[in-house]
Amino acid sequence: MEIVIQQIAAGLATGGIYAAVALALVMIYQATELVNFAQGEMAMFSTYIAWSMINAGMPYWVAFFLTIVISLIGGVLIERFVIRPVEDAPILSIVIVFIGLLVIFNSLAGWIFSYVIKEFPSPFPSHAIVIGHIQFGSHDIGSVIVTLVVLALLYVFFRFTPLGLAMRAAAQNPVSSRLVGIRVGWMLALGWGLAAAVGSVAGMMVAHKVFLDPNMMSGILLYSFAAALLGGITSPGGAVFGGFTVGVLENLVGSFVPFVGNELKLTVALVLIIGVLLVKPSGLFGRTVVTRV
Amino acid sequence: MTALLKVSGLNAYYGRVQALFGMAFEVQEGGITTILGANGAGKTTTLRAVCGLTRTEGQIEFNGNAIGSKATEDIVRMGIAQVPDGRGTFVNLTVEENLRLGAYTRKNRSLVAQDFDRVYHLFPVLLERREQQAGTLSGGEQQMLAIARALMLRPKLLLLDEPSFGLAPLVVKEVFEVLRQVNKEEGVSMLLVEQNASLALRLADDAYLMETGQVVLSGPAQQIGEDESVRRSYLGY
Amino acid sequence: MQQVQAPRVGGMTPAQWRLVGFAVLAVAVLVLPFVVGNYRVFQLTMAMVYAIALLGLNMLTGYNGQISLGHGAFFAVGAYTTAILVKHAEMNYLITIPIAAAVCFTVGFLFGLPALRLEGLYLALATFALALATPQLLKYAETWTGGVQGIVIAKPKAPFGLPLNPDQWLYFLTLIIAIIVFILARNLLAGRIGRAMVAIRDHHIAAETMGINLALHKSLTFGVSALYTGIAGGLSAVVVQFVAPDSFSIFLSITLLVGVVIGGLSSISGAIYGGIFIQFIPQVAEEISKAAPWAIYGVFLIVFMYVMPMGISGFVHVLLRKVAAGRR
Repeated sequence: MEIVIQQIAAGLATGGIYAAVALALVMIYQATELVNFAQGEMAMFSTYIAWSMINAGMPYWVAFFLTIVISLIGGVLIERFVIRPVEDAPILSIVIVFIGLLVIFNSLAGWIFSYVIKEFPSPFPSHAIVIGHIQFGSHDIGSVIVTLVVLALLYVFFRFTPLGLAMRAAAQNPVSSRLVGIRVGWMLALGWGLAAAVGSVAGMMVAHKVFLDPNMMSGILLYSFAAALLGGITSPGGAVFGGFTVGVLENLVGSFVPFVGNELKLTVALVLIIGVLLVKPSGLFGRTVVTRV
Repeated sequence: MTALLKVSGLNAYYGRVQALFGMAFEVQEGGITTILGANGAGKTTTLRAVCGLTRTEGQIEFNGNAIGSKATEDIVRMGIAQVPDGRGTFVNLTVEENLRLGAYTRKNRSLVAQDFDRVYHLFPVLLERREQQAGTLSGGEQQMLAIARALMLRPKLLLLDEPSFGLAPLVVKEVFEVLRQVNKEEGVSMLLVEQNASLALRLADDAYLMETGQVVLSGPAQQIGEDESVRRSYLGY
Repeated sequence: MQQVQAPRVGGMTPAQWRLVGFAVLAVAVLVLPFVVGNYRVFQLTMAMVYAIALLGLNMLTGYNGQISLGHGAFFAVGAYTTAILVKHAEMNYLITIPIAAAVCFTVGFLFGLPALRLEGLYLALATFALALATPQLLKYAETWTGGVQGIVIAKPKAPFGLPLNPDQWLYFLTLIIAIIVFILARNLLAGRIGRAMVAIRDHHIAAETMGINLALHKSLTFGVSALYTGIAGGLSAVVVQFVAPDSFSIFLSITLLVGVVIGGLSSISGAIYGGIFIQFIPQVAEEISKAAPWAIYGVFLIVFMYVMPMGISGFVHVLLRKVAAGRR
């Protein structure tokens, strides 16, 4: 029983990472109806930037916040200069641009920082926290807390600030937004910036557990994508729920289903998720979009 | 009476297709002008052109400034608010959030608060439903919300695209009463595009009749409303 | 009634120019393998193999509007079917190709049935999962697939004592199969079924009300699309002489998608342009930068999409139209 709880706890920790990346995907999706497949690589690259700063002697939390700011600016610039020129192109063409970005970030990271696996420090104490008979890694608990704080801040931002409201409006109805004076283009760019910032937090939290290397985020991106769809790609809350669920599911399947080692764990988790989607095609919390014929 | 909005030689395009051919009309300061015409005459296009939502050629002058090449977001900041066709409400946001967005570009908080009171006074049903999602409102309520949102800008000029569309007659009466009140008491000028000619002619001061992208007839609204031959050949009643 | 004269360029009508262009191309295609080195011949053969695979994917994505991130899986199934039959059943490699096609059709059709309930992104995820699962399953079924090591098959020699070295023989074999497959595809797409597919893509509700059986058509399209890709896979096993799970990773599926979009959706010539792109551009990228070749590749992708958002075939189409209009 204790092992189950431990696995669930560990699952929640990774789940938090998936939730954060899933949220980043949903944010961009809501504004553009596109899934940013390059989100994972952007997060990985941000993490390398953080690593360089820490390696150069900067204190952890300073590097942490500086990376978030850099990622935010980076996201804005990428939207304005890389995505903006093709925003009217067919969807699949834009997907190819995302793939291009993905490949560029991955390759640049390998070139600049080498493919040697690096350690990424944790700001949390190294001893485990014991509650009852169950051991919880303090990095795990710390990650979950950091993720939840980030999610809470985002929620407050979108719900209670004028800029957040404007961003929501711009995502939902660009034409009406222009008619009230919202500069929709900048809202989109800011959305990308926030998504990049959230991604960077996810990257920095997960790097300690899986070690930093250019291919660190590819599996995570897939899980996050699945989580976002599971929760319903139109629902930020759903994405978060999906993320935690997928994290726990992955851990439980990996630990308790006999023939499934690390290799097949991904496949099994995905098959389960797809099973859910076949029953509820818009995801658990997604709105079934009724299109008028 | 000075012209608040002066449009001349206006051509408008959707991609390569031309929709307006040398439109010319004026809205007097403090007045209500209506543009009438059948479906497809180009009424909505005209409003979109004024707001910079479509590619145009020609002269559009607002308050003495040329706005033909300006972006919509800047035109709005100059004091033009539009109630688009189909209402254009933010259906997934609450009524109050919709109204707050109407005032997005304004800096003076206390004046905005005043306008909230004013708008809730004009449309009490919106006050009742402030926390409700706009998409769950009835057609008439959404129309009121759309007008209220536009009024939250404290516009000098209000553009309305077929406000009577799809509304029950009693609701339409209510809405037009509010429009008349706002125009008389606060001097908000209006450009009203309508298919329902009799209604529009009773509200407006000046009228223009449109056919396939051009003005074919113009004059004081009352005159046009009383001219039987015009009514029969152009307005169908 | 005056007959409309087609504009003449340099003394010939566009139709005549097209014929000339075609003839030049045909000569080049037939002569090349005797003029360039063996490795190049191999690369050209692989470009054709990819073109066949892209034809399959294009059918699904371009014409039917369904997204697949998982065609690498069908490619793998085709390749392994051939490899296993040649190695364990000692079948002649030529016979394995139609068998690979049939197997892939079945797999594709069966996959298409449940996949129908999913749209757009959700379908993308499902096919993505299929692509990811494939190398893992291949490694797992060791007894048949040879596990991580894969299967090696011998390079076939030209039959009937033809004066061709093995690379040249495979080139012409692939060319013949490609031509057959392309002609079949063109007929399919130009006919009733093709029009039904486009109708489904553009407005599936209207298509249904016109009596097109949506479920059947979508599954059939999946099946046929997989069939084409399976043929390509089977050929690849023979040309490369080797199959292993890691050759069929998710990266292959992504590459195929890249090929189809860059080549140009909804266009048969797009498959050819795409095949050439995905075979040769990575090399070009490597020549530009040894250190970060994929970064250059990524830049290529982005630039291509800026300049030709409709793919190469779309671009060529517009170009030809402008030339024709300019001369009038």
